[in-house]
Amino acid sequence: MTGAIFDIVLCLLILAVALAAILGRDLFGSVVFFIVYGLLVALAWTRLGAVDVALAEAAIGAGLTGVLLVGAVARLRRGGVVEPTPPRPLARGAQMGICVLAAGLVGAAIAGLDPDAAGLTATVAQNLEASGVGNPVTAVLLNFRGYDTLLETVVLLVVLIGVWSLAEDRYWGGRPGLRQHAKPGGVLATYGRFLPPLGLLAGVYVVWAGTDQPGGAFQGGTILAAVWLLVAMAGLVDAPPVTARRLRLTIVAGPALFLAVAVAGIFMGGFLHLPPEHAKQLIQTIEAGLALSIAATLALLVAGPPQRGAR
Amino acid sequence: MTGLDTATLFAWCGAGLIGIGLYGFLANRHMLRRLVAFNVVGSGIFLVFGASGARRADLGPDPVPQALIITGIVVALATTALLVALVIRYADLAGRATLPEDEPGDDGKE
Amino acid sequence: MSIATLFTALMTTGGLIFFIAGSVGMLRFPDQHSRLHAMTKADNLGLGMIVLGAMAQAGGPLVVFKLALIWILAVAASAVTAQTIARATLPGQADPEA
Repeated sequence: MTGAIFDIVLCLLILAVALAAILGRDLFGSVVFFIVYGLLVALAWTRLGAVDVALAEAAIGAGLTGVLLVGAVARLRRGGVVEPTPPRPLARGAQMGICVLAAGLVGAAIAGLDPDAAGLTATVAQNLEASGVGNPVTAVLLNFRGYDTLLETVVLLVVLIGVWSLAEDRYWGGRPGLRQHAKPGGVLATYGRFLPPLGLLAGVYVVWAGTDQPGGAFQGGTILAAVWLLVAMAGLVDAPPVTARRLRLTIVAGPALFLAVAVAGIFMGGFLHLPPEHAKQLIQTIEAGLALSIAATLALLVAGPPQRGAR
Repeated sequence: MTGLDTATLFAWCGAGLIGIGLYGFLANRHMLRRLVAFNVVGSGIFLVFGASGARRADLGPDPVPQALIITGIVVALATTALLVALVIRYADLAGRATLPEDEPGDDGKE
Repeated sequence: MSIATLFTALMTTGGLIFFIAGSVGMLRFPDQHSRLHAMTKADNLGLGMIVLGAMAQAGGPLVVFKLALIWILAVAASAVTAQTIARATLPGQADPEA
């Protein structure tokens, strides 16, 4: 009973915060509400028992997307671009009608679902033994539906190239973002030294634990990306030029490793086939490579296109 | 299964989020606000999808939708990053963060 | 009611009061920096009290340690977040490269 009340309150809170993020008075406030919204949705995922998704939502959906949007608001403000007034038009009947209709249709579809449909849970559980890992979500991500994940890492790579290609011509090949400075001995400079060891430990642990417990390359990689962003924000390291060979090798290593294992699978039964006796080691190798590349790619996506020369 | 179970509740919450996000997408002119709305619609869809796969309390949440949703969350971030870069570049060149067809009179310039 | 339960109830209630104060401050204060002040100060203390309350119910030393770690990491994270937001919203801040 207490659980049901908690869930209902949580649902209402999520809807209210989503409304605040959509209709907030100022843009910055909207973005902050969106971050809160992401954390509440992560809480909803834990209530549903989907801890892997909760980790991904909190780290990526709320955390990195939030940093990206806060940065964008600050960047527009610096560029002198302000919101047009009034910030939002009054509710228009037809638009609201369409949205209520859309939500109602989805709701009706949910009500019409077969309550006893078993889905694929049992199928995954039966084949978990052969996947080499104990976490069913990791088994789906890296074994049963490995091609999704392989293509996803390629999507990340393509998007990074897209972001870089938005650089001004004179900065092409330069360093992403602006050089960050922090007051020596200030809060950021101190935490930029204090948090990274803990962050690295947590990131590597989440990747490693992902084979048998909630976690994995994406969640762990995001933590590692956040560590790098923090250190960069504290002015302790600078972003490398996008032409740097080591940087390019880092972002390509994971997808390349994954692709190599996938191609090697052709000789053992088919593209992306992981032989059950070696599956665990192969998945851990792929995850380690992916975590490194994902961390670098996500951090660079947040840093944005090159904005200054390579020097 | 009788009454309102947790999974169905959250699935309906997701349906509500799709409606709210869609409204934000239609009603807001600022492109960053539209990007926020786009992300709300996205997570609403994820919630509908994931909660629908978690209705059998005896089996636990279905791992296949979970894996697809994690992929979706990452792709949504990648899309957002590309669109943020596009909005900033556009704002640098045009001096505003709204599209001309949305607001012929008011271009948001200071 | 045992001493531990009473302690938990008191601490959780106290923590919630700080959370409410912080949230009211965030919604009512006029500018971003005083809002940040309300959020970070009140919420860190509120979370600390709730963590203390939860520790009284913990099953063993490992859980107590994890709860303490949650509080320390949350405080560290809120310090970094507050700095980042404060920087992003500094009024009239010129482009540092210009």
